[in-house]
Amino acid sequence: MSVNPELLDTVFEPTEPYVVGREKVREFASAVFATAPIHHDVDAAVAAGYSDVVAPPTFPIVIQEKTLQQLLSHPGAGIDFSRVVHGDQKFEYQRPLVAGDDVVATLRVTKIQSLGGHTMVTSESTITTIAGEPVVVATSTLVIRGEEG
Amino acid sequence: MATLWEGHDIGDVIATESVGITRNSLVRYAGASGDFNPIHYRDDVAKSVGLDGVLAHGMLTMGLAVAPVTAWLGDRGFVSSYQVRFTKPVYVPAEGSVKVSVSASLAKTDDPTDGLATLALAVTTEDGTTVLGKAFVVVSPR
Repeated sequence: MSVNPELLDTVFEPTEPYVVGREKVREFASAVFATAPIHHDVDAAVAAGYSDVVAPPTFPIVIQEKTLQQLLSHPGAGIDFSRVVHGDQKFEYQRPLVAGDDVVATLRVTKIQSLGGHTMVTSESTITTIAGEPVVVATSTLVIRGEEG
Repeated sequence: MATLWEGHDIGDVIATESVGITRNSLVRYAGASGDFNPIHYRDDVAKSVGLDGVLAHGMLTMGLAVAPVTAWLGDRGFVSSYQVRFTKPVYVPAEGSVKVSVSASLAKTDDPTDGLATLALAVTTEDGTTVLGKAFVVVSPR
Protein backbone atom coordinates (compact mmCIF):
# COMPACT_ATOMS: atom_id res chain seq x y z
CA MET A 1 0.00 0.00 0.00
CA SER A 2 1.40 3.41 -0.85
CA VAL A 3 0.11 6.93 -0.45
CA ASN A 4 -2.01 8.12 -3.37
CA PRO A 5 -0.27 11.20 -4.86
CA GLU A 6 -3.64 12.49 -6.03
CA LEU A 7 -4.42 13.28 -2.39
CA LEU A 8 -2.50 16.53 -2.79
CA ASP A 9 -4.81 19.55 -2.51
CA THR A 10 -7.75 17.34 -1.55
CA VAL A 11 -10.15 19.23 0.71
CA PHE A 12 -12.33 17.16 3.02
CA GLU A 13 -15.86 17.96 4.16
CA PRO A 14 -16.07 20.15 7.29
CA THR A 15 -16.42 18.13 10.49
CA GLU A 16 -19.60 18.09 12.55
CA PRO A 17 -19.79 21.15 14.86
CA TYR A 18 -17.79 20.69 18.08
CA VAL A 19 -18.73 22.65 21.18
CA VAL A 20 -15.75 23.37 23.42
CA GLY A 21 -16.90 22.34 26.89
CA ARG A 22 -15.83 23.97 30.15
CA GLU A 23 -15.19 20.66 31.91
CA LYS A 24 -13.33 19.33 28.84
CA VAL A 25 -11.04 22.36 28.94
CA ARG A 26 -10.35 21.78 32.64
CA GLU A 27 -9.78 18.05 32.11
CA PHE A 28 -7.42 18.67 29.17
CA ALA A 29 -5.54 21.40 31.06
CA SER A 30 -5.01 19.06 34.03
CA ALA A 31 -3.79 16.31 31.69
CA VAL A 32 -1.08 18.56 30.18
CA PHE A 33 -0.02 19.96 33.58
CA ALA A 34 -1.37 23.41 32.69
CA THR A 35 -2.15 25.00 36.05
CA ALA A 36 -2.70 28.63 34.99
CA PRO A 37 -5.99 29.85 36.52
CA ILE A 38 -7.47 30.97 33.16
CA HIS A 39 -7.76 27.28 32.15
CA HIS A 40 -9.67 26.29 35.29
CA ASP A 41 -11.32 29.26 36.96
CA VAL A 42 -14.14 31.08 35.14
CA ASP A 43 -13.70 34.20 37.28
CA ALA A 44 -9.98 34.35 36.45
CA ALA A 45 -10.74 33.91 32.74
CA VAL A 46 -13.39 36.64 32.81
CA ALA A 47 -11.03 38.95 34.70
CA ALA A 48 -8.50 38.35 31.91
CA GLY A 49 -11.06 39.42 29.32
CA TYR A 50 -12.37 36.05 28.12
CA SER A 51 -15.97 34.84 28.16
CA ASP A 52 -15.13 31.50 29.83
CA VAL A 53 -12.21 29.21 30.65
CA VAL A 54 -9.43 29.33 28.05
CA ALA A 55 -8.28 26.14 26.32
CA PRO A 56 -4.53 25.40 26.49
CA PRO A 57 -2.63 25.92 23.20
CA THR A 58 -2.63 22.25 22.16
CA PHE A 59 -6.37 21.72 22.82
CA PRO A 60 -7.21 22.14 19.09
CA ILE A 61 -5.63 18.70 18.49
CA VAL A 62 -8.88 17.24 19.86
CA ILE A 63 -10.76 18.85 16.97
CA GLN A 64 -8.01 18.42 14.39
CA GLU A 65 -7.95 14.70 15.23
CA LYS A 66 -11.44 14.37 13.75
CA THR A 67 -10.12 15.66 10.42
CA LEU A 68 -7.06 13.39 10.55
CA GLN A 69 -9.43 10.45 10.99
CA GLN A 70 -11.17 11.52 7.77
CA LEU A 71 -7.82 11.54 5.99
CA LEU A 72 -6.55 8.24 7.40
CA SER A 73 -9.78 6.37 6.79
CA HIS A 74 -10.32 7.76 3.29
CA PRO A 75 -10.50 4.64 1.10
CA GLY A 76 -8.48 6.22 -1.71
CA ALA A 77 -5.70 7.64 0.49
CA GLY A 78 -3.58 4.51 0.63
CA ILE A 79 -2.32 5.30 4.12
CA ASP A 80 -1.47 2.28 6.29
CA PHE A 81 -2.47 3.49 9.76
CA SER A 82 -0.18 1.02 11.52
CA ARG A 83 2.85 2.68 9.89
CA VAL A 84 1.94 6.27 10.74
CA VAL A 85 4.18 8.31 13.05
CA HIS A 86 3.51 11.92 14.03
CA GLY A 87 6.46 13.92 12.67
CA ASP A 88 5.72 17.62 13.09
CA GLN A 89 2.90 19.66 14.55
CA LYS A 90 2.09 23.34 14.31
CA PHE A 91 -0.73 25.61 15.44
CA GLU A 92 -1.30 29.18 14.28
CA TYR A 93 -3.91 31.00 16.31
CA GLN A 94 -6.04 34.08 15.75
CA ARG A 95 -7.05 33.71 19.39
CA PRO A 96 -7.28 30.92 21.97
CA LEU A 97 -10.30 28.62 21.94
CA VAL A 98 -12.58 29.26 24.90
CA ALA A 99 -15.36 27.19 26.43
CA GLY A 100 -18.58 27.78 24.53
CA ASP A 101 -16.93 28.07 21.12
CA ASP A 102 -18.85 26.08 18.51
CA VAL A 103 -16.39 25.15 15.76
CA VAL A 104 -15.90 23.11 12.61
CA ALA A 105 -12.64 21.95 11.02
CA THR A 106 -11.75 21.51 7.37
CA LEU A 107 -8.67 19.56 6.28
CA ARG A 108 -6.65 20.16 3.14
CA VAL A 109 -3.66 18.04 2.10
CA THR A 110 -0.87 20.54 1.41
CA LYS A 111 2.21 18.44 0.76
CA ILE A 112 3.21 14.87 -0.06
CA GLN A 113 6.91 14.10 -0.05
CA SER A 114 8.93 10.90 -0.27
CA LEU A 115 12.21 10.64 1.56
CA GLY A 116 14.35 7.61 2.19
CA GLY A 117 11.55 5.12 1.66
CA HIS A 118 9.15 7.05 3.89
CA THR A 119 6.30 9.27 2.78
CA MET A 120 5.46 12.51 4.56
CA VAL A 121 1.90 13.80 4.31
CA THR A 122 1.29 17.35 5.50
CA SER A 123 -2.23 18.59 6.06
CA GLU A 124 -3.76 21.82 7.32
CA SER A 125 -6.93 21.72 9.36
CA THR A 126 -8.61 25.12 9.51
CA ILE A 127 -10.79 25.53 12.58
CA THR A 128 -13.46 28.22 12.42
CA THR A 129 -16.53 29.03 14.45
CA ILE A 130 -19.81 27.97 12.87
CA ALA A 131 -20.31 31.69 12.15
CA GLY A 132 -17.15 31.59 10.02
CA GLU A 133 -14.64 33.30 12.34
CA PRO A 134 -11.17 31.78 11.84
CA VAL A 135 -9.65 30.67 15.15
CA VAL A 136 -6.73 28.32 14.54
CA VAL A 137 -4.99 26.45 11.73
CA ALA A 138 -3.47 23.14 12.84
CA THR A 139 -0.82 21.61 10.59
CA SER A 140 0.42 18.04 10.98
CA THR A 141 3.08 16.15 9.14
CA LEU A 142 2.48 12.41 9.34
CA VAL A 143 5.34 10.10 8.42
CA ILE A 144 4.25 6.83 6.84
CA ARG A 145 7.15 4.46 7.34
CA GLY A 146 8.25 2.42 4.34
CA GLU A 147 7.43 -1.28 4.06
CA GLU A 148 10.95 -2.33 5.08
CA GLY A 149 11.00 0.13 8.03
CA MET B 1 3.41 50.08 27.38
CA ALA B 2 5.83 47.38 28.50
CA THR B 3 6.75 44.70 26.00
CA LEU B 4 6.01 41.07 26.84
CA TRP B 5 9.76 40.47 27.16
CA GLU B 6 10.41 43.53 29.38
CA GLY B 7 13.55 42.93 31.43
CA HIS B 8 14.85 40.06 29.28
CA ASP B 9 17.53 39.89 26.60
CA ILE B 10 17.81 37.46 23.67
CA GLY B 11 19.02 34.13 25.02
CA ASP B 12 17.63 34.63 28.53
CA VAL B 13 15.70 31.72 30.01
CA ILE B 14 12.28 33.10 30.87
CA ALA B 15 10.47 30.01 32.18
CA THR B 16 11.34 26.48 33.22
CA GLU B 17 9.32 23.48 34.34
CA SER B 18 9.98 19.89 35.26
CA VAL B 19 7.24 17.26 35.18
CA GLY B 20 7.24 13.60 36.20
CA ILE B 21 5.23 11.54 33.69
CA THR B 22 3.77 8.28 34.97
CA ARG B 23 1.53 5.66 33.36
CA ASN B 24 -1.28 7.40 35.22
CA SER B 25 -0.44 10.61 33.31
CA LEU B 26 -0.85 8.71 30.04
CA VAL B 27 -4.24 7.30 31.01
CA ARG B 28 -5.37 10.77 32.03
CA TYR B 29 -4.17 12.31 28.75
CA ALA B 30 -5.77 9.51 26.71
CA GLY B 31 -9.13 10.26 28.29
CA ALA B 32 -8.78 14.03 28.00
CA SER B 33 -7.64 13.98 24.38
CA GLY B 34 -9.49 10.96 23.02
CA ASP B 35 -6.23 9.39 21.80
CA PHE B 36 -6.59 5.75 22.86
CA ASN B 37 -3.77 4.29 20.77
CA PRO B 38 -2.70 1.23 22.82
CA ILE B 39 1.02 1.97 22.35
CA HIS B 40 0.42 4.50 25.13
CA TYR B 41 -0.78 1.92 27.67
CA ARG B 42 0.20 -1.60 26.55
CA ASP B 43 3.84 -2.70 26.46
CA ASP B 44 3.04 -5.75 24.32
CA VAL B 45 1.40 -3.64 21.62
CA ALA B 46 4.20 -1.05 21.73
CA LYS B 47 6.84 -3.76 21.37
CA SER B 48 4.95 -5.40 18.50
CA VAL B 49 5.48 -2.26 16.41
CA GLY B 50 9.17 -2.01 17.21
CA LEU B 51 9.14 0.32 20.21
CA ASP B 52 10.95 -0.39 23.49
CA GLY B 53 7.71 -0.15 25.46
CA VAL B 54 4.90 2.24 26.37
CA LEU B 55 5.64 5.81 25.33
CA ALA B 56 4.01 9.14 26.08
CA HIS B 57 1.67 10.69 23.51
CA GLY B 58 3.74 13.19 21.51
CA MET B 59 0.92 15.67 21.98
CA LEU B 60 1.15 15.25 25.76
CA THR B 61 4.81 16.28 25.62
CA MET B 62 3.96 19.16 23.28
CA GLY B 63 1.15 20.20 25.61
CA LEU B 64 3.12 20.19 28.85
CA ALA B 65 6.10 21.93 27.20
CA VAL B 66 4.10 25.10 26.53
CA ALA B 67 2.46 25.26 29.96
CA PRO B 68 5.33 27.22 31.60
CA VAL B 69 5.11 29.76 28.76
CA THR B 70 1.38 30.35 29.21
CA ALA B 71 1.88 30.58 32.98
CA TRP B 72 4.63 33.19 32.45
CA LEU B 73 2.46 35.08 29.95
CA GLY B 74 -0.56 35.25 32.26
CA ASP B 75 -3.24 37.54 30.85
CA ARG B 76 -0.76 39.89 29.13
CA GLY B 77 -0.97 38.05 25.83
CA PHE B 78 -1.66 34.78 24.09
CA VAL B 79 0.22 32.13 22.16
CA SER B 80 -0.17 32.99 18.46
CA SER B 81 1.93 30.15 17.03
CA TYR B 82 3.40 26.93 18.41
CA GLN B 83 5.34 24.28 16.52
CA VAL B 84 7.44 21.24 17.34
CA ARG B 85 9.12 18.27 15.71
CA PHE B 86 8.80 14.93 17.51
CA THR B 87 12.40 13.74 17.58
CA LYS B 88 12.58 10.93 20.17
CA PRO B 89 9.99 8.88 22.06
CA VAL B 90 9.47 9.52 25.78
CA TYR B 91 9.37 6.03 27.31
CA VAL B 92 7.33 5.79 30.49
CA PRO B 93 8.13 3.00 32.96
CA ALA B 94 5.37 0.86 34.48
CA GLU B 95 6.51 1.93 37.93
CA GLY B 96 7.85 5.33 38.87
CA SER B 97 8.10 8.15 36.38
CA VAL B 98 10.22 9.76 33.70
CA LYS B 99 11.15 13.37 34.27
CA VAL B 100 10.67 15.80 31.37
CA SER B 101 12.33 19.20 31.72
CA VAL B 102 11.40 22.30 29.76
CA SER B 103 13.42 25.47 29.39
CA ALA B 104 11.98 28.38 27.41
CA SER B 105 14.37 31.07 26.26
CA LEU B 106 13.86 34.32 24.39
CA ALA B 107 14.94 33.67 20.79
CA LYS B 108 13.67 36.67 18.83
CA THR B 109 11.74 39.88 19.33
CA ASP B 110 9.93 41.80 16.64
CA ASP B 111 9.38 45.50 16.34
CA PRO B 112 7.98 46.52 19.73
CA THR B 113 4.94 48.02 17.97
CA ASP B 114 3.98 44.49 16.83
CA GLY B 115 5.01 43.17 20.19
CA LEU B 116 5.57 39.58 19.10
CA ALA B 117 8.29 37.49 20.69
CA THR B 118 9.56 34.03 19.79
CA LEU B 119 10.61 31.63 22.52
CA ALA B 120 12.70 28.54 21.87
CA LEU B 121 11.87 25.48 23.96
CA ALA B 122 14.48 22.95 25.03
CA VAL B 123 12.65 19.78 26.08
CA THR B 124 14.68 16.89 27.47
CA THR B 125 14.23 13.71 29.46
CA GLU B 126 16.33 13.04 32.54
CA ASP B 127 19.01 11.19 30.55
CA GLY B 128 19.57 14.32 28.46
CA THR B 129 17.69 13.18 25.35
CA THR B 130 16.07 16.00 23.39
CA VAL B 131 12.51 14.84 22.73
CA LEU B 132 11.13 17.87 20.90
CA GLY B 133 13.11 19.60 18.17
CA LYS B 134 12.45 22.86 16.32
CA ALA B 135 10.18 23.83 19.21
CA PHE B 136 9.14 27.47 19.01
CA VAL B 137 6.36 29.47 20.61
CA VAL B 138 5.34 32.91 19.35
CA VAL B 139 3.59 35.07 21.92
CA SER B 140 1.51 38.08 21.03
CA PRO B 141 0.11 40.90 23.14
CA ARG B 142 -3.69 40.96 23.28
